[in-house]
Amino acid sequence: MLAYILRSLMQGLVVMLAVAFIAFSMFRFVGDPVVNMLGQEATLQDRAELTERLGLNDPVALQFARFVGDAARGDFGISYRQGRKVSALIMERLPATVELAVLSALFAFVVGVSLGVYAAIRRDGWIANLVMSLSLIGVSLPTFLIGIGLIYIFAVELRWLPSFGRGDVVMIGWWSTGLLTKTGLQSLVMPVLTLGFLQLTLIMRLVRSEMLEVMRADFIRFARARGIPERRIEFRHALRNTMIPVITIAGVQLGGVIAFAIVTETVFQWPGLGALFVNAVQFVDVPVMSAYLLFVAFVFVVTSLVVDLVYVALDPRLRTGNPAMAK
Amino acid sequence: MKPRFLALAAALLGASVLALATAEARPLKWAASGDALTLDPHAQNEGPTTSLNQHIYESLTERDHAGKLLPLLATSWRVLPEDPTVWEFKLQQGVKFHDGSALTADDVVFSYERAMQPTSDFKGYLTSVEKVSKTDDMTVQIKTKGPNPLLVNNTSSIRILSKAWAEKNNAVKTQDFKNKEENFAVRNANGTGPFILVSREADVKTVMKRNDAYWNKGKVPLEITELTLVPIKQDATRVAALLSGEVDFVQDVPVQDIARLRSQPKIKVNSGPENRTIFFGMNVGSADLKSDNVEGKNPFADKRVRQALNMAINRPAIQRVVMRGESVPTGVIMPPFVNGWTKELDAAPPTDMAKAKALLAEAGYPNGFSTTLHCPNDRYVNDEGICQAAVGMFGQIGVKVNLVSQSKSIHFNLIQRNPAETDFYLVGWGVPTYDSDYIFSYMYHSRTGSQGSWNATGYSDKDVDAMIQSLSREVDLPKRDATIAKLWTKLKDETIYLPIHHQSLSYAMTAPLDIPVDVGNNPKLKMVSFKGS
Repeated sequence: MLAYILRSLMQGLVVMLAVAFIAFSMFRFVGDPVVNMLGQEATLQDRAELTERLGLNDPVALQFARFVGDAARGDFGISYRQGRKVSALIMERLPATVELAVLSALFAFVVGVSLGVYAAIRRDGWIANLVMSLSLIGVSLPTFLIGIGLIYIFAVELRWLPSFGRGDVVMIGWWSTGLLTKTGLQSLVMPVLTLGFLQLTLIMRLVRSEMLEVMRADFIRFARARGIPERRIEFRHALRNTMIPVITIAGVQLGGVIAFAIVTETVFQWPGLGALFVNAVQFVDVPVMSAYLLFVAFVFVVTSLVVDLVYVALDPRLRTGNPAMAK
Repeated sequence: MKPRFLALAAALLGASVLALATAEARPLKWAASGDALTLDPHAQNEGPTTSLNQHIYESLTERDHAGKLLPLLATSWRVLPEDPTVWEFKLQQGVKFHDGSALTADDVVFSYERAMQPTSDFKGYLTSVEKVSKTDDMTVQIKTKGPNPLLVNNTSSIRILSKAWAEKNNAVKTQDFKNKEENFAVRNANGTGPFILVSREADVKTVMKRNDAYWNKGKVPLEITELTLVPIKQDATRVAALLSGEVDFVQDVPVQDIARLRSQPKIKVNSGPENRTIFFGMNVGSADLKSDNVEGKNPFADKRVRQALNMAINRPAIQRVVMRGESVPTGVIMPPFVNGWTKELDAAPPTDMAKAKALLAEAGYPNGFSTTLHCPNDRYVNDEGICQAAVGMFGQIGVKVNLVSQSKSIHFNLIQRNPAETDFYLVGWGVPTYDSDYIFSYMYHSRTGSQGSWNATGYSDKDVDAMIQSLSREVDLPKRDATIAKLWTKLKDETIYLPIHHQSLSYAMTAPLDIPVDVGNNPKLKMVSFKGS
């Protein structure tokens, strides 16, 4: 087991290095940071000097080596855009993104599974059909539109919820949380709904189809024959067997939600990592972009590892012997 | 009659004094599309950064919303009669920094020297300066390398910070990106301005409180008790925040929302020209273009071709359709507030496709030619839309233009490389010194190490260069203005650039606010009054 985890971590490290290198070689297509760092009065000489000072004239490979070397020592450099340490910026923005992502994932998971189970059990009920049709909208509507739509209904027309930002936050050590204040909680509602909606519909449709499949399986028929109450069959036997693929999807998606909350964060001016990244791309803030992409790779590596471990907990067959065999 | 009039005047005066005394004071939330990059007054010469910093730090002089130069920390200035290379500034008495220390000539000398450091982004305004020194506690002299009759125009951009504070906090130098340390002045501030920094979270919000000990109190309304700047990047969200009453003032109003906002009862929209002109540049200097289909020749090198393109642009249509009325079509790449601007220069050639075609044929391109136009898509108001419209117009006279629109970070890089890597491009230009010289030396002067950095056209004319250089030395202002006029007449005829329009700005706010559009797009919120309510 330990060997398995270690091996996964080693693979993860290779993935992260590869991501960093690909990202690094792409940066020159994003533009030239010097253009944004100097005012319009700058002369050609000034530009040349700053380019040299930033080491941007060096070959990409050398720049990359320097970046990896510094990163290994925990030094991600200083933001071209804000003149602050990149590590400090990321730590500052991390809580906002994590709170948003975890709440959205939780919302998507709980509501998605409940609705999915309901839609599977009451397959022909009109509510189930309505939910299924609505979920189609969820899958096809862009996140951006959902966000703007919510803002217009709940912020502009009804004035119940704030249209942007995080509200008041409380600092617990270095972690800033919006979960402890009224404005903080209010500010979370719309971004959580927006970010969670797509995942919700995916999970719901997945649970429904898996559940329908499982309900046709032989062991369910036997369970019925044994006279086990229908509720118990549905929730104890069927649902548990439905969960394996659902956990995979939900787990991988949690990584995606943390990493790509970019659109939602931009729509709601949510001060998280996604917004930091968008601003960095526009400014060609190379240190922030590289650190962010490395962070995203890290999140994916960790979540897929955790998903693998959760499998083991859920599926007794995986606990003995080589986990790869059971697949 | 007379006594009654006096009584009336007295009553009115009394009423207005009363109104002033009971004037409302309240907080104001101000939303803009981007946040300041830093609080360091000399590190970033960039719009949103200046907009914020000018409320905390002040300069010797300031520009009002119409661009007029006014005294601020300096009460008066003059060129020494015995030496035309020395400017003397008398400082305002009784000015205090936010930490309570008094402003002296030492702080001014220190700030100018700081702004002239190699890592400062404002050194471009002070290239002509040789030395800054104090003569007494309230007098500063700036010695220039040669006579510089217009130095005072640049002083409104150089903000003053406290020498003792900077030394104490290790912020004597501006941010140097080579050493990987954060500069104290990036997130802390100590100026003389009308607002005091309370807290700052970059990209989230910056809170300032009214400076109750402000030296100029009583002369300016200063009715905002707490000023909060919130950057909201997304257009729709920014407008929604205004509609929902979460912010009071929106600086960057998207043109497509102006009409709808105007129809709202409690919202006021102010529009006005910005100090920025939008135009196309062409590669006129190369022997052959890379991006065209003409072999061995450069069509842009022929003045008739440039004039034909200029005539093909339907400026009123761009104004109406692309800009929804929010622009002022022009025939010169100079905003109207700039010294040297005249109505005649501003007149654009009427759109005349037949004549344009005839000119093209005369130049040897009866069937037109093809080329590539580079355009930014995130820099100016509807920049990509302007290019798309223009491509259609050029197509009507047979010039087939392939449009490449991309982010400003890539676009400006094409222009600034030496040699430039674009044959045809869109660019906008504002004139912070309010003098034509600024346009000439960046846009028309031959490209050298220190001049013509934005002249990507390859245009180079010895006589023009000589005349441009004479502007920075000429002390006789009428004579200097005559040279400016002469230059413009020649350059307008040369048609090196194809002017499109002066960009307009719109500010939206909740009634009773009435904040005028600032030509430099740096709204002065100390001037805000809530009196309408």
